[in-house]
Amino acid sequence: MKAERQWNTLERDTAQRMEAAARFIGPGKQVKVEDVVPLLEAVVRPGDKVNVEGNNQKQADFLAEALCKVDPAKIHDLHMVQSSVPLAAHLDVFEKGIAKKLDFAFGGPQSGRVAKFIREGKLELGAIHTYLELFGRYCLDLTPRVSLICAYEADREGNLYTGFNTEDTPVIVEATKFRKGIVIAQVNKIVDKLPRVDIPADWIDAVVQSPKPFFIEPLFTRDPGLVTERHILLAMMCLKGIYGEYGVKRINHGIGFLTSAIELLLPTYGEELGLKGKTCTQMVLNPHPTMIPAIESGWVEAIYCFGGELGMEDYVRARSDVFFTGPDGSLRSNRALAQTAGHYALDMFIGSTLQIDQYGNSSTATANRVAGFGGAPNMGCDAKGRRHSTDSWLKCGREVPSMNELIGDMPRGKRLVVQGMETFGEGRAPAFVDRLDAWKLAENAKLDLPPVMIYGDDVTHLVTEEGIAYLNRCANLDTRMAAIRAVAGYTEIGLRAKPEETKRLRDDGIVKTPEDLGIDPDTATRDRLAARNMRDLVDWSGGLYNPPARFRNW
Amino acid sequence: MALNTLEFDCKAEAASVRLAAPVHYGVVGSGDLEVILEPCDLGGGVKVKVTTPISGFDAVWRKVVETFVNRARLADVAIDINDNNASPAVVSMRLQQALAETAA
Repeated sequence: MKAERQWNTLERDTAQRMEAAARFIGPGKQVKVEDVVPLLEAVVRPGDKVNVEGNNQKQADFLAEALCKVDPAKIHDLHMVQSSVPLAAHLDVFEKGIAKKLDFAFGGPQSGRVAKFIREGKLELGAIHTYLELFGRYCLDLTPRVSLICAYEADREGNLYTGFNTEDTPVIVEATKFRKGIVIAQVNKIVDKLPRVDIPADWIDAVVQSPKPFFIEPLFTRDPGLVTERHILLAMMCLKGIYGEYGVKRINHGIGFLTSAIELLLPTYGEELGLKGKTCTQMVLNPHPTMIPAIESGWVEAIYCFGGELGMEDYVRARSDVFFTGPDGSLRSNRALAQTAGHYALDMFIGSTLQIDQYGNSSTATANRVAGFGGAPNMGCDAKGRRHSTDSWLKCGREVPSMNELIGDMPRGKRLVVQGMETFGEGRAPAFVDRLDAWKLAENAKLDLPPVMIYGDDVTHLVTEEGIAYLNRCANLDTRMAAIRAVAGYTEIGLRAKPEETKRLRDDGIVKTPEDLGIDPDTATRDRLAARNMRDLVDWSGGLYNPPARFRNW
Repeated sequence: MALNTLEFDCKAEAASVRLAAPVHYGVVGSGDLEVILEPCDLGGGVKVKVTTPISGFDAVWRKVVETFVNRARLADVAIDINDNNASPAVVSMRLQQALAETAA
């Protein structure tokens, strides 16, 4: 005899919750602002996995604050599963005893509190993920029961427009709704007709027009006025010794000033080197304002975006050959797809780090902040599932002397993963250290592993003011460590470099100084930048770029 | 802002390069520094004075300046540095630029 079993308990449970919530939900699934807290108390149950949409940029801030106001006697022990926790409210739910466990990808401004709460036993940490890893788990073992999301507009039926900043919304809604979860959206405005439908109404259970527009951070805006001669020197070395040397076409740039400097040098130094059309033709990037001069000079064929960037709306709309835009003309950004492109379809990732150890492992974690790395690790690694080839990928792989030790004579390429930084960072903190602060953090926050952004075996090139270390050309760990020392400058690690060893590495083409590359550091000056201030960027854009107020410094 | 003063002497291995005239280079902007190089009879040696808001980096200062003096084979020069939180990379670059200025 087969035992009777109900096969739709999730569905029945959801129906029950929605019945309890029915009196707060009006026509068009609309909920009044004052009914949001009781609505949450009706649909959320103790122990639920709950997602509060917290992206790199846009935030479901009103719903995050509403969740803090539920009665902890009714709702407690929630397991928060969400990309980022940048808002105070994201941590307040732990302070108040509403939530207990956290699985996330990026801490931002709250990362100090995350570490503190772990130590105090207020927060149990599941894991610090990369975006794709967390999205993957939304579809397996971390599926949200209730998701509180964020969109620009809803129409009278409850369809949503996520527009310029779509970011994580599609993946959250898809994972939640198709496993019978409940999706509640905050929108800036309810309108008669949406510019386009990004999320259909039948995937949404309730919509509230937030009292004020959602919080959004211009994370990717770098003022060219702050690019220093050091950034320019490093950028020149990268362009000549890496971009040009390998002819890398498909690239992701991190958000630091080094990559801004590279972007601003493309139409000047890049043209001088004859690299136009040979490098940076396809990119996975947010709409960085510092890309405007290169785009206007015809360098870039296509850019796919993780998210939007404040002030770039009109520019992107007017450049639909380059950016992915919807039938309404506004940018489509989708973090899950951008991360997929970043993981599989890029030939190079280039970014900076706070610390790198003597083996080449790097991390931005400090002893008392559980920050996480967002998407960097998906791009800062060799995608083992990649099967298509490009010239730069093949060249980088060919140069790895130890490749045959694992796969015999089988040819295989390698993603270029470049870490560029000055040997001493802010406040003269050495970038090269014997042991990453990540180890101390692991101890302080009781983590299983020190949080590593990029593992040493994935880093192929290291760039400092001393030169480029071509780590992919090193036969073994000893040689890698010598090459790292050779570019570590006056840090303790750098002071251990032996002149004769460095000379041998230079002779072998494993280390190249600016001199070896034919670059005179005295020529690394700001007049090389295609735009020297925010105003120049606006001019390059023909007035289409509209910088946020705090960047309007002219 | 409390300032620290660091003074030391050094001598290049094959010291032979002397300055014809004093040179001043750079400005004490944030993250930057000014360098004054002055000819001075020191029996072939080099005298260094660093004024900086930073403490605890004496060994690094010494190493950066000594490397510069050795590479340039400087003799009989007084080096005066007024620093405002420049990184060793910037210090090294400004010293080099100051020297290039004397040659120009």
